Amino acid sequence: MAESVAGSSADHSPDPSRRDFIHIAVVAAAAGGVAAIAWPFVDQMNPSSDTLALSSIEYDVAKVPLGQQVTVLYRKQPLFVRHRTPAEIAKAVADDHADLRDPATDASRVKPGKDEWLILIGVCTHLGCTPTFGGGEWGGWFCPCHGSQYDTSGRIRKGPAPKNLAVPDYKFETGTKIKVG
Amino acid sequence: MSGPSSYEPKTAIERWLDVRLPIVRFGVDLMDFPTPKNLNYWWTFGGILAFCLIEQIVTGIILGMHYNASGDGAFNSVQAIMREVNYGWLIRYIHANGASMFFVAVYIHMFRGVYYGSYKAPRELLWLIGCAIYLTMMATAFMGYVLPWGQMSFWGAKVITNLFGALPVIGPSLTTWLWGGFTVDAPTLNRFYSLHYLLPFVIAGLVGLHIWALHVPGNSNPTGVNVKDKSDTVPFHPYYTVKDGFAVSVFVIMFALFVFFMPEALGHVDNNIPANPLVTPAHIVPEWYFLPYYAILRAVPDKLTGVLLMGAAIACIFALPWLDTSRVRSMRYRPQAKLYFFIFVFDCLLLGLCGAHEPDEPFIRGVSGFMLGDSNINSYVWVSRVAAFYYFAYFVLITPILGLRETPLPAPESISSPVLSHPAAAHSGAVAAPEKKG
Repeated sequence: MAESVAGSSADHSPDPSRRDFIHIAVVAAAAGGVAAIAWPFVDQMNPSSDTLALSSIEYDVAKVPLGQQVTVLYRKQPLFVRHRTPAEIAKAVADDHADLRDPATDASRVKPGKDEWLILIGVCTHLGCTPTFGGGEWGGWFCPCHGSQYDTSGRIRKGPAPKNLAVPDYKFETGTKIKVG
Repeated sequence: MSGPSSYEPKTAIERWLDVRLPIVRFGVDLMDFPTPKNLNYWWTFGGILAFCLIEQIVTGIILGMHYNASGDGAFNSVQAIMREVNYGWLIRYIHANGASMFFVAVYIHMFRGVYYGSYKAPRELLWLIGCAIYLTMMATAFMGYVLPWGQMSFWGAKVITNLFGALPVIGPSLTTWLWGGFTVDAPTLNRFYSLHYLLPFVIAGLVGLHIWALHVPGNSNPTGVNVKDKSDTVPFHPYYTVKDGFAVSVFVIMFALFVFFMPEALGHVDNNIPANPLVTPAHIVPEWYFLPYYAILRAVPDKLTGVLLMGAAIACIFALPWLDTSRVRSMRYRPQAKLYFFIFVFDCLLLGLCGAHEPDEPFIRGVSGFMLGDSNINSYVWVSRVAAFYYFAYFVLITPILGLRETPLPAPESISSPVLSHPAAAHSGAVAAPEKKG
């Protein structure tokens, strides 16, 4: 207050730096307020609590016969539970050091001692379609949308997809029961 | 919207209104708008598009009264519209085919703009607003296609939203945000319905700006020569209201042919299967109006590059006013440009054809071809690569270079001169040095 009295007593022209300060302060406060209220309007589109609550499932893999695959719904997406034959495993291991787009060994994609069980998210890493088993040159999965081909370890071998079929976070709770997510 | 007004309020109530809200003046000026007298039928597509927008909004609002935007109810409510609601089948078929008709008209309107150089100064902003309308139309049509919640709806939504996932860093969280979940699901459907209802009104607003931007310089015309005086123009009403009205009538006949005799011709049978997140249809294609972009996307074996090229294909259309170096507006007087233009039209259709086929399918049946790179030379993927190359070359090489190197034909002195003299004299009798004219 003392300064403002002193300023106004000196001459009646406004102090430009003080005018600038109040302009900047007002604009900053308004911008901060707008940004703060904008976030709820943006974030409301992110997954809601009930959607997030569906994030883990349990499955007994013993239900899948040898050489077969079961597709389970996990986070509203297909989850492949494949009971691999020794031939499929051998083929996957043999290609560990082939020219891979997204290099990974077969062992890194299964749990130790459980390499007959391949658990994958059944979503093509290109544009999200669900690949079908048994198609393509590598005896793994084939995506009907844009022709991506995966091998028996779910690794990308041909086509536009950039990455291997994703292995979700899971663990064996008992000998045959897995918990995904 | 611009220029001197010819309106004279005659009655007391009109005079009272004119100084308070000059809405009558606005309407009269709009109808009296001086319009070049040589506009051909390619210029009627603006009116046809206005008809399409109104028709889509009216049928859409009616469908919204019967549609249930929920993951469990959407598919069945569409079936109920088709079977139970009085004339529901008619209104839905008008709306579904209306989207295709809208795109037929908009593509012709855009090609007309390219051929006659309608985007050149001072109409660049008019062109940009038009491009924004086109982009909004694509978003609206895409989200509308998702609403019946059939297999094609679901997987179409999944593939298109996953395009955003190709963007580095922000991609995955952006797609989750668009979906409201870990994949396309009921929350996605609800928000798409909300936006599908909103965007047509955004389009209507943009159309208002488009017409405003049109009424500042006035219409271009088939000669590309600027309007010199009043003798070059006629009032919009009755001359073009009648011409546009006739064109709309012919268009509606073609539209009705689809609605009544082949309502499913432009759709896909798989959309009669309810959405199933576990099974992708064996052959997934977008609606016909997106096929050229889809072919460009698939032409590239790399995900991010494919997505970026698809975006670039649309960006090229926006940039056209600045890519074209020719000062001659109409391709009537640019024989070489005309040739490249017609190849470009054919190229866009060819890309559409490629988008409709599997990439590995042979282009010419019975010819074995040979492997070139990752695919057989006689496959749709190689045809789409060549076609995509021409598409981009047309915008970034041919259009800029041709404008500097070609020798255009002499354009007429004025809009009226080719009409007043013998038609054959239009080209030869005109004054040379067209490059001095806009």
